[in-house]
Amino acid sequence: MKKKFKLIDLDCAHCAAKMEDGIRKLDGVNEASVNFMAQKLTIDAADDRFDEVLQEAIKIIGKIEPDCKVVVK
Amino acid sequence: MTSRQKKELSKIIAGFFIYLLLILGEHSGRFDLIFENRLYALLLFLVPYLICGYDVLKGCIRGILNRQLFDESFLMTIATFGAFATAQFSEAVAVMIFYQVGEFFQSYAVGRSRRSISDLMDIAPEFANREVAEGSFETIDPDEVEIGDILVIRPGEKIPVDGTVISGTSLVNTSALTGESVPANVSEGDLVISGCINGDGLLRIRADKAYDDSTVAKVLELVENASEKKSQTENFITRFARVYTPIVVFAAIALALIPPIFVGDFSTWIYRACSFLVISCPCALVISVPMAFFGGIGAASAAGVLVKGSNYLELMAGIDTLVTDKTGTLTKGNFKVTKLIPQGDASPFELLTLAAAAESYSTHPIAVSIREACLLETGVLPPSPDSISNISGRGIVADMDGKEVLVGSELLLKDRSIDVIAPEDEASTVTYVARDGICLGVILIRDEVKPEAREAISEIKTLGVSQVIMLTGDRDAVGQAVARELGLNKALTELLPQDKVLRVEELMAEAKGRTLCFIGDGINDAPVLRRADVGIAMGSLGSDAAIEAADVVIMDDNIKRIPRVIRIARRTVRISRQNIAFALAVKAGILILAGLGIANMWAAVFADVGVAVLCILNSMRLLRQKH
Repeated sequence: MKKKFKLIDLDCAHCAAKMEDGIRKLDGVNEASVNFMAQKLTIDAADDRFDEVLQEAIKIIGKIEPDCKVVVK
Repeated sequence: MTSRQKKELSKIIAGFFIYLLLILGEHSGRFDLIFENRLYALLLFLVPYLICGYDVLKGCIRGILNRQLFDESFLMTIATFGAFATAQFSEAVAVMIFYQVGEFFQSYAVGRSRRSISDLMDIAPEFANREVAEGSFETIDPDEVEIGDILVIRPGEKIPVDGTVISGTSLVNTSALTGESVPANVSEGDLVISGCINGDGLLRIRADKAYDDSTVAKVLELVENASEKKSQTENFITRFARVYTPIVVFAAIALALIPPIFVGDFSTWIYRACSFLVISCPCALVISVPMAFFGGIGAASAAGVLVKGSNYLELMAGIDTLVTDKTGTLTKGNFKVTKLIPQGDASPFELLTLAAAAESYSTHPIAVSIREACLLETGVLPPSPDSISNISGRGIVADMDGKEVLVGSELLLKDRSIDVIAPEDEASTVTYVARDGICLGVILIRDEVKPEAREAISEIKTLGVSQVIMLTGDRDAVGQAVARELGLNKALTELLPQDKVLRVEELMAEAKGRTLCFIGDGINDAPVLRRADVGIAMGSLGSDAAIEAADVVIMDDNIKRIPRVIRIARRTVRISRQNIAFALAVKAGILILAGLGIANMWAAVFADVGVAVLCILNSMRLLRQKH
């Protein structure tokens, strides 16, 4: 399953690269990208693990840039 | 400006004023009693420092708790603490203020450029008017439109979904999607594309697609996703940044510890090491490349060309071989019967009606042109034959009143050992007609070369593309004639669809790693579009298959957009390189100067945020330039 999320207040390009790196390493993630210019997070992960992956990803993002929020619809 | 930016700005201004008062106080000499006491001075200078730098300190602490060392907050905190520790109070505050000003400009500039790109792509419809009864409508969200709904589009409104006009005439402005400034005339029965702006007529349309499947949604998704496919340059610089920061941080530690052992003067070296820490922030480097590509993709969208990834723009900059399809790309794909050459005692009329009858069910452009010519000449279409069989790549065999009628290529007749005449006109497609084993004559059909194609090809060549090669399934003589007329390097002809992929693979092997782009109309060359380094689909507004298969999508069918994209691609790559070179040069230069004690911490802050802001501004030139 592939889903996109909007990121609010992602302010640092280098942090985006670090987030991307961290999320890619999560178990069950096929592909992940953090797009600094479009302020978007894309996660492609196994269906049964998706919700856990998303929670982990939000944690990673919070650690790297505490002001950055993920909009989960 | 966002509310967050306003808050940042007011903190900076407040901190700056307090700082200014302190400096004036210190230099006036009237408050020496206070300022000479280092503890009082420290406490006073901490006020503006904390107003401006509170967030940075907070970020630093959180970073340490989350084990995210080496981030900007951490480095800035250590650096300014270092300045305080070496009793450079006013400098510590100034550096923090300067850093925050830089960060502010950086965030402002990024926001501005983001907006200017979304303005370019201001095609998303905000609402749709669904007709409830004759003459009245309700306003709904475009998402709620269902297929088959009747929508009313008033003058000046955006068309919300792809649909068909059921009444009304108007001029529709497609420029936001295609870059084409001449509006298109539409009336009953015409297809209209979502995202276009209605001119001054009232249109009623029937929705053919839901919003999510409409062109506008597809295009927006494509543009938003474009910067996800990263260029090689960007991947390189991200990898570089990952080693750059630790290296400079360790250099800073070494600088703080080793020289004082030999020459003493601990505080001077600590101060220099702190400058190193500021310079070690990688953001200017990391932002330099994607920012340029973001600008380039934006500039291309404004010109009616959608580029699906930074990597494709980068590849196009190095284009070496351009392979193009013929029909629909270089020629109009608008076949017309130009001449009927009967043979023996057959009449032109007989020739045309026989061919039109045999081609009754074919959708091939040649068949369509024969039927059109017949209708034009005789006013009616002949009855269709009793049975028809289609021989792939050859033509049609039909049974008419017990007689075998052949309509097709020379080979079709030769296979049945029927003698044929060779017409003199070599630039035309020749269709042979035979009945009962006797050739009745030929029909000459021509496709027109697009008027802008010649100019576009010569422009592409002056841009340094070494080979322009045409692939076509058409007869060799026709292909060569078009190639000569347009000044192409080569034409590979009489190819079956699967041959095209093979030929492109051969050409890619010949190009030895240099970029090969393929342009096609996307209707039947999807496999080739996928195979080429960069597949460019033309005239694909509304064609999902082409948008899907191609890497670059030209919204209208104007081949002159190709040289334009190549120029945009080259400028983008050039600007991204300028950014990298500039960022690296300034950082390296100031590292050396700071190590020698010539550059102070101010210069170090400039090497971090100042460079980032300049790179952003440089990238934005792409949006302002005419290409």
